Amino acid sequence: MNDSVQMVDVLIVGGGPAGLAAAIAAREAGIRNLVVIEREHNPGGILRQCIHNGFGLHRFKEELTGPEYAQRDIDRANELGIEIRTDTFVLSVEEDHTVTCMSAERGIEVIQAKSIVLAMGCRERPRGALGTPGSRCAGIYSAGTAQKYVNLMGYMPGKRVVILGSGDIGLIMARRMTLQGAKVLACVELMPFSSGLNRNIVQCLNDYNIPLYLSHTVIDIEGKERLTGVTVAKVDANRRPIPGTEIHFDCDTLLLSVGLIPENELTQGAGVKISPLTSGAEVDDTLQTSIPGIFACGNVLHVHDLVDNVSAESQKAGRAAAAYAKGELSACETVCVLDGKGVRGTVPQRIRKGAAEGVDLMFRPAGVVRNAACVVRCGDREIARKKAMIFTPGEMATVKLSADVVVSIDGDITVSIEGGE
Amino acid sequence: MNCLVNNNLCWDILIIGAGVSGCSIARELSRKKANILVLEKEEDVCCGTSKANSAIVHAGYDAKNGSLMAKLNVEGSRLMKELSKELDFHYEQNGSLVVMLSEEERPELIKLYENGVANGVEGLRIVEREELKAMEPNISDDAVAALYAPTGAIVCPFGLTIAMAENAAANGAEFQFDTRVNGVEKDEGGWKVLTDKGCFRAKVVINAAGVHADEIHNMVSDDTMTIVPRRGDYFLLDRTTGGFVKNTVFRLPSKFGKGVLVAPTVHGNTIVGPTAIDIEDKEGTETTQAGLDEVRAKSGLVVKNIPMRQAITSFAGLRAHEARHDFMIGEIAPGFVDCAAIESPGLSSAPAIAKMVAGIVEGILPLENDPDFAAERKGILDPKTLSREERTELIKNNPAYGTIVCRCETITEGEMLDAIRRKPGARSLDGVKRRTRGGMGRCQGGFCSPRVAELLAQEMGIPMTEVTKCGGESRLLVGNIREAMKEGC
Amino acid sequence: MEITCINCPVGCRLTVEMVEGKVVSVSGNNCKRGEIYAHQECIEPLRMVTAVIPVEGSSMPLSVKTKSPIPKKLIADCMAALSEVKVTAPVMLGSVVLENVCGTGVDVVATRNVF
Repeated sequence: MNDSVQMVDVLIVGGGPAGLAAAIAAREAGIRNLVVIEREHNPGGILRQCIHNGFGLHRFKEELTGPEYAQRDIDRANELGIEIRTDTFVLSVEEDHTVTCMSAERGIEVIQAKSIVLAMGCRERPRGALGTPGSRCAGIYSAGTAQKYVNLMGYMPGKRVVILGSGDIGLIMARRMTLQGAKVLACVELMPFSSGLNRNIVQCLNDYNIPLYLSHTVIDIEGKERLTGVTVAKVDANRRPIPGTEIHFDCDTLLLSVGLIPENELTQGAGVKISPLTSGAEVDDTLQTSIPGIFACGNVLHVHDLVDNVSAESQKAGRAAAAYAKGELSACETVCVLDGKGVRGTVPQRIRKGAAEGVDLMFRPAGVVRNAACVVRCGDREIARKKAMIFTPGEMATVKLSADVVVSIDGDITVSIEGGE
Repeated sequence: MNCLVNNNLCWDILIIGAGVSGCSIARELSRKKANILVLEKEEDVCCGTSKANSAIVHAGYDAKNGSLMAKLNVEGSRLMKELSKELDFHYEQNGSLVVMLSEEERPELIKLYENGVANGVEGLRIVEREELKAMEPNISDDAVAALYAPTGAIVCPFGLTIAMAENAAANGAEFQFDTRVNGVEKDEGGWKVLTDKGCFRAKVVINAAGVHADEIHNMVSDDTMTIVPRRGDYFLLDRTTGGFVKNTVFRLPSKFGKGVLVAPTVHGNTIVGPTAIDIEDKEGTETTQAGLDEVRAKSGLVVKNIPMRQAITSFAGLRAHEARHDFMIGEIAPGFVDCAAIESPGLSSAPAIAKMVAGIVEGILPLENDPDFAAERKGILDPKTLSREERTELIKNNPAYGTIVCRCETITEGEMLDAIRRKPGARSLDGVKRRTRGGMGRCQGGFCSPRVAELLAQEMGIPMTEVTKCGGESRLLVGNIREAMKEGC
Repeated sequence: MEITCINCPVGCRLTVEMVEGKVVSVSGNNCKRGEIYAHQECIEPLRMVTAVIPVEGSSMPLSVKTKSPIPKKLIADCMAALSEVKVTAPVMLGSVVLENVCGTGVDVVATRNVF
């Protein structure tokens, strides 16, 4: 037990892929006095339960499973002697960089950090947020909770399954549950398109003849104690159920894969400005939030599709946090990055004037657009353009601004999707 | 769980139903030297009407002057504050407002005020638009005036019921769960209560069976009673909406019908509801699209811009409505006491109901005071209320208080273990949730339920596959991965 | 034969013409990758299989994968073979838990450390 305040240069909240990448980058940038705080017993975050393959193609040029991807960062962190305090929960982060955490082993600890990287990840939207009527019986799980039961604890949550939402975790769980002997009856998606990757539609649903019902939703949940069935109906253009289109499924399990929400309670507690579009912090091109010296990266900043992008973003945040701790990152004037037509929640929201590095602008297209271009303008001047055969909300889009372009920015810039159908 | 069936034993008092009424009566009677048994068909206390309601203590202006409801509501409301200290549950006197939206409703508002004054509610007054706006900045622009009741309050209904039950148990009352009453027969010197777990004999039987009280009543009386389950749908909003309203805000019932209330909860959430839909199924706590739509539509009438997008859950509860719309409390056969038709304001009235029923029982059965009765009960320790030093000391002595299980509500393993080990303790995920708030936050147990299930399995000495959400067949898991694969589907 | 290309988010609907088990034409693709995918998917579709298996002496199951993709038609057989495998802690990432699964020549390996 230690009642006195500990001093560190860089403190990282979260030991998942984002936190580990940030920690490694900060260490490699010369920070020795560094600590990662992880609430679970093992580092690795959500990747530990993502036992499927498909991770790391961009970063490692090979296809890894989640645990393998995580282990690479854990091994590297261990090589570098990075301290990861597991089983430790951060209770609060304050504007003055005071971090209070708690563990069974050390009780309450107060740490003063020169810079802080927030990397807490995200959580799943629960059933309550959907307002789906019906029973509140057992057998209703978010897809990630079911994934934890199966992959980390070795238990099956059910035998006859309907999945609401076609997010990637839901699709992956359709396959997992099927392979472990369950019958997945349907995957039901409110929107007219899936929010999951094509690859997962093909390899997790089609391979096992699991029907995907687009523009459908669950309108009733039945069962007094354990779930006994759900009723699904088609929805109209306003997403309201259409009477007469009901389909009933006898099932004991309903999995929800209906969206992820960045987990920003600590961020808000610190007083960091949150974007209503991403539900994450507003950041500049160094991933610095509205509070100097507090950085955010990974799914706590905005929900990514690929862990490779989480790692890349977090390395940048780690380097910037290191620079801040060393007094090498001074405050400077910024311009705003604004969402134009067809674009939602571009990150970063600000770019420092005269920044010397290239910047990746990442956003979610507001709808499905084919054969269009993403155009970035500074005033009337077009500074970047990226064509794509498809923009879809299911896939985060990236436009790269080169260092030369970034240096030339002299006012607010706007990102929009132009042309297309 | 050991079964308390014993044909040779005759209980002094047998209470059917472990809701807020049954538990409050048990606690009140545990002041006496008497052996008391509470029978409950569910796996825990507070599983019916007591668990799903508006979580408010009505001031008492509403019930018709001269009714039993009016008398017990006002008394209950007066007792609640002291009781919350004695039994350590969450209670807050936040005040309530009944809002009228047009000048033509004023006579109705005045009638309500006068009814309240006649009932003996203290501090009632009518506040006009300007003052109302100052009290509740989010009040509708159409609000004209409101009846203000400073004694209106909010309470944790689980906290209240569980506190009553724990204190009753600490003073010797026994609880037997998962036991359904199928019949009541006259017996020499009392009654035989027939259940799916066997027969129990008792000198005095108290019927506190909530929506099922009519069935129990009709087992002993020819003057039959019919209780209609009246469903109320609700939304619970995230704690980020805390402070959206300070008072409990009602719409004055008008020719347009009864509105829904908007109120803070003692834990900082906002509750919106209920509907009032008469149904047939006494277990019909499923919400419906129509019900939820009605709450959404009505919620905006008295309070503007309610952040309904912040809803973390919706639920429905049943009120035990009887056509005469008054509490039905009394000895209906020698040694058989009804405590029936306890609809709203039943929660508010519970302490007074308990005193009244105890009085009736004492008239039947002479009871001595128990000199060992301990009136105080300590709730589950909330480490958030401790100083940093105290908390560190607590963790040093019991490391379970250093491990967070529920992130959203920051509930530790220590609190959950305490909830499971208490008497009567939590035996399911919902039992832990009602006692600790673990799993009641914005992720609704997504992260913590696997760990809570492990704690339950460990403490109860059962396999993970036997852990339930709320008892009965509500198991969480169907088998381990290998068994499940061999069995197929 | 109609299949969806999985190479990118466009998700082209590919029409594949087959004669005597051979691909004679692919249409609907927007790039070369679609054509290559169609050939593989129609002649011998391959899949990585990932699963978990219980571990003696550990409450956490072991996650495993086929070291490389195996024929899609053998997925169920592969799972059945894995359901018979016994593993005892400790197991290290990369160690083989089942050799030459279903005669594919592909080993199943551990994808995490279980102590």
